[in-house]
Amino acid sequence: MELLCPAGNLPALKTAVDNGADAVYIGFKDDTNARHFAGLNFTDKKLQQGVDYIKANNKSLHVAINTFAHPGQQQRWFKAIDKCAEIGADAVIVADIAALDYASKRYPELDLHLSVQASATNAPAITFYQENFNVSRVVLPRVLSIHQVKQLARATDIELEVFAFGSLCIMAEGRCYLSSYVTGESPNTVGACSPAKFVRWQQTPSGLESRLSDVLIDKYQQYEKTGYPTLCKGRFHVEESLYHALEEPTSLNTLSLLPELFNANIAAVKIEGRQRSPAYVEQITRVWRQAIDQYQLSPEHYQVKPAWGQALDKVSEGSTTTLGAYHKAWQ
Amino acid sequence: MKVSLGPVLYFWPKQTLTDFYQQAVSSDADIIYLGETVCSKRRELKSKDWLTLAKQLADNSNKQIILSTMALLEAPSEVRVLKDLCQNDQFMVEANDLGAVQILAEHGVPFVCGPAINCYNANVIQFLLSKGMTRWVMPVELSGDWLRTLLQDCQQLGIRDQFEVEVFAWGHMPLAYSARCFTARSENKAKDDCELCCINYPQGRVMRSQENQALFVLNGIQTQSGLRYNLLNEVPQLATLADIVRVSPENMASVSVPTQFKQQLNNYQAYVLDNKECNGYWHQIAGLAQHAYS
Repeated sequence: MELLCPAGNLPALKTAVDNGADAVYIGFKDDTNARHFAGLNFTDKKLQQGVDYIKANNKSLHVAINTFAHPGQQQRWFKAIDKCAEIGADAVIVADIAALDYASKRYPELDLHLSVQASATNAPAITFYQENFNVSRVVLPRVLSIHQVKQLARATDIELEVFAFGSLCIMAEGRCYLSSYVTGESPNTVGACSPAKFVRWQQTPSGLESRLSDVLIDKYQQYEKTGYPTLCKGRFHVEESLYHALEEPTSLNTLSLLPELFNANIAAVKIEGRQRSPAYVEQITRVWRQAIDQYQLSPEHYQVKPAWGQALDKVSEGSTTTLGAYHKAWQ
Repeated sequence: MKVSLGPVLYFWPKQTLTDFYQQAVSSDADIIYLGETVCSKRRELKSKDWLTLAKQLADNSNKQIILSTMALLEAPSEVRVLKDLCQNDQFMVEANDLGAVQILAEHGVPFVCGPAINCYNANVIQFLLSKGMTRWVMPVELSGDWLRTLLQDCQQLGIRDQFEVEVFAWGHMPLAYSARCFTARSENKAKDDCELCCINYPQGRVMRSQENQALFVLNGIQTQSGLRYNLLNEVPQLATLADIVRVSPENMASVSVPTQFKQQLNNYQAYVLDNKECNGYWHQIAGLAQHAYS
């Protein structure tokens, strides 16, 4: 099982490799990837250094080109694919059919992984991408229960990659417009959800307010821990009740599911967080490396160690973790 | 320009659905989409009932009847239902997931590419045409400018005349799909034990900010816009870009909305949006915004 870690910059990439990642995924410094944040991602110069470091350590590099090409600008997405081929990326993570079609025809040898943004949640959808673009791996959306993941693993012969840890998208990825509804910008169109430039924090007599555009996402009392104002994680009213109507600010953590993921023959576990710091990448990579190694050494004695949980909690959103949709009760 | 009635996105009792479609038959809509697109547990009408209803509508009108299918397909049982619908051999199907496109292409039948499929540019259109697409419904977050540029690309590729364009133009827009059921959650129920509570909310449940702003409508696993999208003012522009505009039903009265769109075609009159309506997406601004006409 491959441990696939995020890197938003060169230090994070090196940290991931040094702490036991089998593969690292990155994005270019433009809107062809779904973490198009200011100060993040790889320029050509840093890219070459990253590639060199990966190759020197005999690891794999995956490049995310997982937004949807704008009309009249498809060439930018195609050029990003060209660049992946030029630098010798081990895999490209793609969402748009236009980019998949281009890559599969132009670079038949290039490994294509279907991005989570393509939202393939069932066997015929996977077959669609397999037959038409020869994708070798599918990254599963975080909407499936562990039972459904196992069913898919049995129904298909393709490599499956699942999200193991990190911020939790609770909507089928690539099919969520909550962000553009409020800001005009969505992951699909600009490569960012709830972009930082629309975020506003304001101290008021009744508490600390977080806003996205002008919309009040949450209001915190002094004793409460604040969270980034993503639309799906605010507190809202449904009739008289005030609660996290969609989801609490929690992180996904599937350490306890590792044996089941192994049994389902999952090819890779993915850590979310290209926007996070090298310190985050270090903590998470180290813990997951230990967990995978421990399982492989002695599957029957695998147990989640309390120290792992403590290390992960320190860097988790909201300081709590959940199994998300993998666990039916969450749904 | 034609007008369609989109599939009913809410969970209505069988009698309400039957009544609605009885009225829809005599509406000004040219096309009627029907079927369950949100949740497989909503079975007031089962697949065969939808097919029966489709046949009745086809027999009693000259409207085009299309079967809409689910957007988020997870369980093998849901895929089986999808296959049955795709192989009905009488009605065209609206695919809302690429799984449906795969099945329809294998079956060799033409299809409508629904708004829940990520088709953002002309290259994707071209690819889907090769699979049998004959009509494309634009994703709701895209604008008039986006559509214009995309269609220019299609013109250059020589494929513009091979498909119809449909634009979601009226109603609460589907914005997201989740594994979680937010209606069940709003009643403190788990999805597995939801008691089909969506049936108690024929127009979904409104989710408001702490400042009382109607932000979203919770409709089972679907999250909709809190405001009603309304492109009545954009009809002249739409008429030059789109072949069909879609009205998404909210209640019985929605059957009269196609008439309003047709009137705009013949006798255009500026419409003043109320504070429960929006048109931002079309103007490439936040979806919930209202365009300031100068």
